Amino acid sequence: MIRFLLKGLIRDKSRSLLPLIVVAIGVTLVVFARGYINGIMVDMIEQTARFNTGHVKVTTKAYADNINQAPNDLAILDASNLILKLEDTFPDIDWACRIKFGGLIDVPDEQGETKSQGPAMGIGLDLFSTGSKEALRLNLAKSLVRGNLPTKEGEILLSEDFSQKLGVNSGDMVTLIGSTMGGSMAFYNFSVAGTVRFGNTGLDRGTVIADIRDIQLALDMTDAVGEIIGFFPGGYYNDELAEIVMAKSEKLFVGETGEYSPVMLRLRDQEGLSLYVDLTKSMGTIITFIFMLAMSLVLWNAGLLGGLRRYGEIGVRIAIGEEKGHVYRSMVLESVMVGVAGTIIGTSTGLFLSWLMQTYGLDISEFTKNATTGIMMPNLVRSRITPPDFYIGFIPGVVSTVIGTMLSGIGIYKRKTAQLFKELEA
Amino acid sequence: MENIPVIKTERLTKIFPMGKGEFSALKGIDLKLGTGEFAGLIGPSGSGKTTLLNILGSLDSPSDGKALVLGQSIGKLTAKEAAKLRKEKIGFIFQSYNLLQVHTVYENVEFPLLLLNYSANERKKLVMGALEWVGLTDKIKQKPPQLSGGECQRVAIARAMVKTPSIVLADEPTANLDAVNSHNILQTMARMNEELKTTFLFATHDDKVIGYLKRKIYLKDGMIDKDVTN
Ligand SMILES: Nc1ncnc2c1ncn2[C@@H]1O[C@H](COP(=O)(O)OP(=O)(O)OP(=O)(O)O)[C@@H](O)[C@H]1O
Ligand SMILES: [Mg+2]
Repeated sequence: MIRFLLKGLIRDKSRSLLPLIVVAIGVTLVVFARGYINGIMVDMIEQTARFNTGHVKVTTKAYADNINQAPNDLAILDASNLILKLEDTFPDIDWACRIKFGGLIDVPDEQGETKSQGPAMGIGLDLFSTGSKEALRLNLAKSLVRGNLPTKEGEILLSEDFSQKLGVNSGDMVTLIGSTMGGSMAFYNFSVAGTVRFGNTGLDRGTVIADIRDIQLALDMTDAVGEIIGFFPGGYYNDELAEIVMAKSEKLFVGETGEYSPVMLRLRDQEGLSLYVDLTKSMGTIITFIFMLAMSLVLWNAGLLGGLRRYGEIGVRIAIGEEKGHVYRSMVLESVMVGVAGTIIGTSTGLFLSWLMQTYGLDISEFTKNATTGIMMPNLVRSRITPPDFYIGFIPGVVSTVIGTMLSGIGIYKRKTAQLFKELEA
Repeated sequence: MENIPVIKTERLTKIFPMGKGEFSALKGIDLKLGTGEFAGLIGPSGSGKTTLLNILGSLDSPSDGKALVLGQSIGKLTAKEAAKLRKEKIGFIFQSYNLLQVHTVYENVEFPLLLLNYSANERKKLVMGALEWVGLTDKIKQKPPQLSGGECQRVAIARAMVKTPSIVLADEPTANLDAVNSHNILQTMARMNEELKTTFLFATHDDKVIGYLKRKIYLKDGMIDKDVTN
């Protein structure tokens, strides 16, 4: 019987071609849209994680309450001890100390007078320890525009745009004017090692990067750090894992009270990222269902049109003694076959398009130019193919053809046998 | 066998709703048909031939009265039981052939056997046997659009006969055929009736068909007017 149905499908193109095309296009869009949106969201989340939030972050309670101001007067004081504790409890997580700071970069002329000056957002991180992944994490080597990465203390990286605004070249001396942990003015001289461009409008505006030991010296933060950030093995944020780590950390920090006691923040607890994390988790499902609904509607109507043409065939089959239910089920079975074939075609094209978008990306810097949020929108959008993209298309593909056929086929049930038969005689 | 009729109706009535009122297409038909009969319903257009044939074929049900086919009361059958009766016992032949257009001659004839769950081997034997009867063994791979009207009707006969039904109901089987083809298929059916003892009931007003009938049942306005056995 299946062979009989298959022959009918293959020979009668009008029976199979339209639904096949609808399914193939729909599934292509589903797979592509999933990869695309997933790519944007995950890129955004991971870039934000790398530069700012980590997958998890430990700060003092008080610091966490004002985290947007990076209040270094509320920094973690006994950092080396705390990080040992964290590494001991969470050996799989890669921990790193960071100091975020604001200040002015002052460029002196030959006489030592200010030549130019500009506000900077700085990140102090571990550039020199062997085994530190920080330089790699921020992709510094590849982002380098002029000069070199810092190789010794007293060196600083400026974002390329910022350095042009200030008119500095690598090798020039600049002064960081900031405030110490205690609240007094801080001056610290750096030599500019090089300039970087991250391809992110917010970061490229005024970021400076230096080794954390220099920043500790500059801001008088001996063994103090603003934040300890952790990155999960595998390289991607995982909300479930974050949940577990956070619960464990509460036990670890139990007994420590007061506003300087450490707390753990998940990525989702920072920068309003919870919405994005939730969206990333549910986006694929939402897309899949929207398309499934739309395709079902189209296929329902296509089925109604196609069904009219088939009343004759159905009438004979019923006259020959096939039960209505059997006819109906066989049409549903046909739709499963069409759905599977369409899904295979759609998944292949969708994956191919996603792969192109994953490999070459799409430049959207025009749209992100004026972004001011703490969430980092990469300028180059890439798709991200995940394992479900290979099979998820079967849900909208097959379900929509089946629903479409079931709805349009109800007519067979509603119509009296004699009526079907009359139409056949006509 | 003669005492258990293949078909038996008692005061069989069929009323169709028509606009606000209703229309009686069959008005109390009493009819008995025994095994192996070669009979025809004869009458002008609108006299109720097709209506009666459809009820006897369990495609429609009576409004009143009784229609027994092989001892089963048509009005009381569930859709499932009616389908089973058609599948196992009744063969249909239509004026417009009604073949499955995208399927080959072979597949068209094979279809009833698929419904009856015959094995592939049995199917092959029976299909080839039926096609031999109608003389189409050289066209098994053709599809209906490539066949002449006469050939199509022969395929339809093979399809009706392949499961050796008890009854064949043929509604104007020659209406679309020329004289030569009409005689050809009528001879084939008469031969099957002789050799397989299949009961045939025609609906027709074609003189060529009437010439072959052994029993002529004349309908007029939904009633039996005359019933003549040769
Ligand atoms: N579903 C229906 N609804 C209403 N009236 C119907 C229906 N089917 C048949 N009729 C009427 O019943 C009468 C008998 O119809 P039937 O088709 O049985 O005639 P027939 O003898 O087969 O005629 P023909 O030789 O033209 O095929 C006709 O007047 C027809 O209009
Ligand atoms: Mg008729």
